Amino acid sequence: MTDKGTIEPDPSLPVEELDLWVSGTEDSEWDIYPTDEGAQTMQTEETEFRFREQRGTVVTADEGDEYDFDDGFVDDERMIVNMGPQHPSTHGVLRLQLELEGEIIRRTKAIIGYLHTGMEKTAEGLTFMQGPTNVTRMDYLAPLHNELCFSLAVERLLDIEVPPRAEAIRILMTELNRISSHLVAMATNGMDIGALSIMTYGFRDREQILEFFEKTTGLRLNHNYIRPGGVAADLAAGWRADVNEICDNITSRLHDYDDMLQENPIWTGRTRGIGVISADECRAYGITGPTLRSAGVAWDLRKAFPYSGIEKYEFDVPVGERGDVYDRYRVRVEEITQSVRIVRQVAEAMPKGDYRVDDRKITPPPRHRIDESMEALIHHFKIFTEGFRVPPGETYVAVESPRGELGCYLISDGSGKPWRMHTRAPSFYNLQALPMMMADTVIADTVATIASLDPVMGDVDR
Amino acid sequence: MSPDPLEGLKERFTELDWHLSHGQEVVRVEREQLLEFATAAQEAGFDMLADVTAVDWYRSREPRFDVVINLLSMSHRARLRILVGLARDDTVVPSLVPLWPGANFAEREVFDFFGIVFEGHPDLTRILMPDDWDGFPLRKDYDTGAVPVQFKASHKVS
Repeated sequence: MTDKGTIEPDPSLPVEELDLWVSGTEDSEWDIYPTDEGAQTMQTEETEFRFREQRGTVVTADEGDEYDFDDGFVDDERMIVNMGPQHPSTHGVLRLQLELEGEIIRRTKAIIGYLHTGMEKTAEGLTFMQGPTNVTRMDYLAPLHNELCFSLAVERLLDIEVPPRAEAIRILMTELNRISSHLVAMATNGMDIGALSIMTYGFRDREQILEFFEKTTGLRLNHNYIRPGGVAADLAAGWRADVNEICDNITSRLHDYDDMLQENPIWTGRTRGIGVISADECRAYGITGPTLRSAGVAWDLRKAFPYSGIEKYEFDVPVGERGDVYDRYRVRVEEITQSVRIVRQVAEAMPKGDYRVDDRKITPPPRHRIDESMEALIHHFKIFTEGFRVPPGETYVAVESPRGELGCYLISDGSGKPWRMHTRAPSFYNLQALPMMMADTVIADTVATIASLDPVMGDVDR
Repeated sequence: MSPDPLEGLKERFTELDWHLSHGQEVVRVEREQLLEFATAAQEAGFDMLADVTAVDWYRSREPRFDVVINLLSMSHRARLRILVGLARDDTVVPSLVPLWPGANFAEREVFDFFGIVFEGHPDLTRILMPDDWDGFPLRKDYDTGAVPVQFKASHKVS
């Protein structure tokens, strides 16, 4: 450690002989490999564990499985088909390989990585100040949760507290974001099953929330609004009326959607008893969020490990019973209601004060101070060019995103950039539920199951 | 409610390096002891594997790699982080898939980005990068500079 507190390379440690390719060391000829996807492909003959995993019977292995790939198989009846990555109902670029026997799905394998953009590597080249611009692009339906998670991790390493108003704004924005994300989940779930009206209604209501986001943050998506030390700007004038209007609208329209879907025989027929997962399977596979709650586990990080003062507001954690597509839809609808409750309470009791910490080493000075004060100008310049230094340390912070436990594992070496930033993406783990949900169901239910899991491929692949 | 799962683990594994990092329990475990410790942790109530990742301490620390395992106990509302150090020329660590099947994707991701081999993993293939990718991108000696795009016909275009 130097006196600045940074970790310097130890000169006694060797510069290693590189056994892997690094740019600049290559020969002039670049080897072009043929694309070999053999390792990813579902094989007709698999090892036992891979077979059971694709069958979704790893957790329930002891209960016996009458389906056996060696036994009594007529090869003509078996077919392995690719679904995606370019398929409208896979919510992006998810590729599934399905083993079919007639119309029945026997095995499922999810193949991902088509949207991988190396964001964790990118984060190592960005300062802590620029970090939220990167993470906000991961889960593009819940960008504010990503920013919140990253900012909380940085603040824990800095050991600072943000002012009460900043915390309240954060809760207000993330809960609105949860509503908009769940509305999209409900809309796309309906669209995939063929209920096109709910698709248009869901996106219409989300639009209202995005307009509020645009008014507050300047952008509809990828806001870079929640930053280490607070939020980027105060709420816009007239925000309270906007928020109240959104809450009233959502509440009244949710009743309409319930009338439309809840007792609708087509909707219930397509969703009840489809894509069932049990609580034990969720625990074994690290599946969180509405999927876990639909299986009857009242687990919500907002209650278990509260963050940003969310414990001050009253809300309930809705749970399902059967863990099927219908229960996941109901859990999301109830969560929208609960989020509206939280948003109303926050708007009611919004504290006065500063919306970011008053520390010029972490947050930029107010605009008007830059014209008056040399010191403010220097602070502004330093923050936007080299960022701020964060003491060495490591931490893991998790928040409840609309899809489950969104975690950020952050390591600082004392410099202005993270040594390592890892995101625990909820969709990435939730995707492992697909084989369990889809075994022995018909192929027509595949789209309903995927949509009910609500994966965001930007979150999966990062 | 059964007793705090951390108490029992701390009593049983007193010789390990337990410390707090910003209020979070962290324990450093030797690779040879990892499976024994993880089994004990699961029995003590850590029912969910929240996350597996790794860190490359290239030229800063020895051993070079840390495998980071985040455990979560839903019944006790507790978290525990396990660090396993690995030398650069021996990046093999036992897989946790037999205990928590959900480790599957996460360990494949760590293998993909760091080249850390999880012994006993049923399906250790690349997950996010293409199958024929060279090198391990999240290692610190893997440059972010100009990487030729690996399209099949890129060499034909001039």
